[in-house]
Amino acid sequence: MQITLKVKRYNPEATSEDKKSYFQEYKVDAPADSTVLDSLIQIREYQDESLTLRCSCRGAICGSCAMRVNGHAGLMCKTKVEKALGKNNVILVEPMGNQPVVKDLVVDMSLFFDKVRAVEPYLQPVGPEPKEERIASNEDMLHLVGVMSCIMCGACVSDCTVLEMDPNFLGPAALAKAYRFVADPRDGKTKERITEYNKYGGIWDCTRCMECVQVCPKGVDPMGRIMMLRTKADELGTKDYSYGVRHADAFEDSVKKGGKLNEAELVINTFGFFNVPKLLGMLPVAMRAAYKRKMPSLFHKSIPGVQSVRRIMSKAHEVEKVQGKKPMPR
Amino acid sequence: MKFAFYPGCVSKGGCPELFASAVAVAEKFGIELDEMKGASCTGAGILQEKNRFLGDCLNARTFAMAENMGLPILTICSTCQGVFSQAHQRLDRDPSYRAQVNEVLKEEGLEYKGTVEVKHMLWVLAEDIGATEVKKRVVRPLTGLRVAPFYGCYLVRPSSALGFDMHPARQTSLESIIEACGAEVVDFPGKTRCCGFPITTINEKNSMGMVAKHTLDAKDRGADAMVTPCPLCHLNLDGYQPKAAAQVNENIDLPILHLPQMLGLALGLDSNILGMGRNIMTTYNVLMKVGVKIH
Repeated sequence: MQITLKVKRYNPEATSEDKKSYFQEYKVDAPADSTVLDSLIQIREYQDESLTLRCSCRGAICGSCAMRVNGHAGLMCKTKVEKALGKNNVILVEPMGNQPVVKDLVVDMSLFFDKVRAVEPYLQPVGPEPKEERIASNEDMLHLVGVMSCIMCGACVSDCTVLEMDPNFLGPAALAKAYRFVADPRDGKTKERITEYNKYGGIWDCTRCMECVQVCPKGVDPMGRIMMLRTKADELGTKDYSYGVRHADAFEDSVKKGGKLNEAELVINTFGFFNVPKLLGMLPVAMRAAYKRKMPSLFHKSIPGVQSVRRIMSKAHEVEKVQGKKPMPR
Repeated sequence: MKFAFYPGCVSKGGCPELFASAVAVAEKFGIELDEMKGASCTGAGILQEKNRFLGDCLNARTFAMAENMGLPILTICSTCQGVFSQAHQRLDRDPSYRAQVNEVLKEEGLEYKGTVEVKHMLWVLAEDIGATEVKKRVVRPLTGLRVAPFYGCYLVRPSSALGFDMHPARQTSLESIIEACGAEVVDFPGKTRCCGFPITTINEKNSMGMVAKHTLDAKDRGADAMVTPCPLCHLNLDGYQPKAAAQVNENIDLPILHLPQMLGLALGLDSNILGMGRNIMTTYNVLMKVGVKIH
């Protein structure tokens, strides 16, 4: 099959700006079931040896060949040509986002690894050393395997919406790695770790957009892990740098009270009734809503059968107390 | 066509114009809506970050109620839809987990059997009614109006929970409805990105940055308006747009329409019924462009 690869090129040594960054089209004869990486290698071997890319295992294990195809990150060795074909048999290939480009399709991942190191990605057991080894149960290990599948390809970081706004965010890969140690029963520093991740740039800055869940080639579910860290932060009764924990608590209270959300009350309870500066900051938004006759009322009628909602909520908490942890699906 | 109607908290609170316009549009298409007045909030992903099991129990309650009504659920909020779809996926995939959830529901005389279907109004329009039929019903084509789509994260990710394999048309449903209304689609990369609403109270600067980025990007590509099937995106993109504009020190002034507001205009519904005057960013230019009498 004749296909066109539209590749984003970048040459840091070029003399003028337009020669530095541009798109170049390559025509390739590629079988439908071959991978985009096969085509890129074919270009490099037979058409243009200056095309720079990184790859190694070609089997979705090493994590070297993460790039953006048609705007979304993924491993090129795992992306089939037939799935990636767009209009007129064109495939758009770009380097990953949120990381500086070194040349063509290669990005500098030093910040990625700095952030992974920042979460202290190693076991820190406490207490006297046991006679034999430290044991984790089979069930615990099965749970950890999901997050241990991360191959550090950087796809999640590439498409993270928060990192696009704020490079200080630790990001999905590092926080998923953080969860791996928080959830490990052999680690003894859970509280210290959570206290650290509660800071600015940590777990509360995630906007739950699920881009990382979608693009992860190994099913690590980074955002899901960040949410599990938030659950842990709540269970330990820790405080975050902003209003994350309070917002979640106020949300649950609101649902418990009326069965549905009371938006005005949620805002007041999140910031605190006496938090005048924050509430004043909300005033222009509230005034505009009031002007348009849609300021949500503070006084809500509860839904019919709200008692049933409340009973279910307390029963769900009871199950957790009896079992010692929250039930989880496979 | 009859549905158990799940309007969601925001259409009953901060975005009353969404509720009104959705009901009016449904009537035009002969969609019968039986409102689930006793259904609880989905948890919007926030309850789930505290306690996912608790969230799944509440949503299983809503599913069981719909099963008892013998109807599929219709939502008008991307977030409600996504949270429902994810809960649905977890409860369907693991029968032993569903049994644990049903154990909690038992005392309420409820059981979720796993048969409920949950659909966003956008999907019903694009799949069950179909863009061709929508186009046939249009009496006031929005010719010349350039509209940028904005889906809302929960209606596009994770695709495994949203049935994109079985229903590939869902991925371009919003564009197909914009075209069916006679408007021109302004494609832009931000259409499936995040509006920033979930972190408005936590990190307002980043949230406002997202609002400014997407609205300015759509405007730069010539959009007259943006349309969204998600009231939470609407709250941020519309309600917080002045704040976002101040943060980046630019004029944005991009009208943000709810999906049924745009449809209602094309179907010839009265602009008052559609609550066009209730959007924070004035919709005046949109109404002028499509030739609606303002009163």
